[in-house]
Amino acid sequence: MAGSNPSTQEYISHHLTNLTYGKLPAGYVRDGGTLESAQWTVAHSAQEAADMGFMAIHLDTMFWSIFLGALFCWSFARAAKAATSGVPAGFQNFVEMVVDFIDDNVKSIFHHKNDLVAPLALTVFVWVFLQNLMDLVPVDWIPELAKIMGIHYMKVVPSTDVNATAGMALGVFMLIIYYSIKQKGVGGFAAELAFQPLPKWALPFNLFLEIVGLIAKPISLALRLFGNMYAGEMVFIIISLLPFYLQWLLSVPWAIFHILIITLQAFIFAILTVVYLAMAYDHH
Amino acid sequence: MELEVMKYLAGALIMGLGAVGAAVGVGILGSKFLEGAARQPELIPMLRTQFFIMMGLVDAVPMIGVGIGFYMIFAI
Repeated sequence: MAGSNPSTQEYISHHLTNLTYGKLPAGYVRDGGTLESAQWTVAHSAQEAADMGFMAIHLDTMFWSIFLGALFCWSFARAAKAATSGVPAGFQNFVEMVVDFIDDNVKSIFHHKNDLVAPLALTVFVWVFLQNLMDLVPVDWIPELAKIMGIHYMKVVPSTDVNATAGMALGVFMLIIYYSIKQKGVGGFAAELAFQPLPKWALPFNLFLEIVGLIAKPISLALRLFGNMYAGEMVFIIISLLPFYLQWLLSVPWAIFHILIITLQAFIFAILTVVYLAMAYDHH
Repeated sequence: MELEVMKYLAGALIMGLGAVGAAVGVGILGSKFLEGAARQPELIPMLRTQFFIMMGLVDAVPMIGVGIGFYMIFAI
């Protein structure tokens, strides 16, 4: 199964291409014809998706992440509404366990008064976990189903799309800046950036160091989750290229190991969010 | 050298060197975790949480390396 086989490469890149909706410029050569005017449309190939440039959106990532977010909200709200003071059972038990787990961790890290951080950590944890969980669905099931329905590209795992993870990290970044300014004022935040590791005479150096440190937070948050999920998905795709009698032998151990990774990465994303917000609250 | 050969070498180097670093890191982390757990058994739950957080952070880099290495070998 070396890379010399073109169908192998086609299979892999097909699995790694998102369903992209974007704007093609006027005069673009497409499907044998030429577009007369700029057109908003769904890309038919990876090349078209690349030519759409910045003004494009990944429909499959949006659909699956919003669907999973709605699933999380609906199921947890249902459990919360049906909650009783008696001995919990079934799904309510599970929800209480997750909420308690996150609450304990947030309490041990974040020592200020804030009503947003713990629910945020819960949302991030469960949402990212559900997104990662799509990785365990066999790689061909949903794309093949989509092909029958006439959709040619379908990348099922939202967190293997850097746009999804970077979007979430950007949200965390905005909260970091918001709480920094709310807690310390614009002056205090700027002073923290400018006067920190070294005394005031080294202001440009301090500013450079601190701004790099600040920007590195969301970038590392986004790329860590993306990289892990992308690598996991890649291994599943490679395994699915093997003959069928080898697939179970390799896919099952990797899937079991992957359960650890997806939970760990969701947990790390949530915990680092809380740690960063606690750092935004602290006065240095 | 041919591109075909370089591709495999590049993938092997990415996976191998990433694994070396992470192996040393996780080894030190695990030994310290066991040491701490042996000294203070009542701290094990707290230590385990911290251990898993750090393991996830250390583990991420070689994992990403494996993904990029596979991409270079099979998909380019």
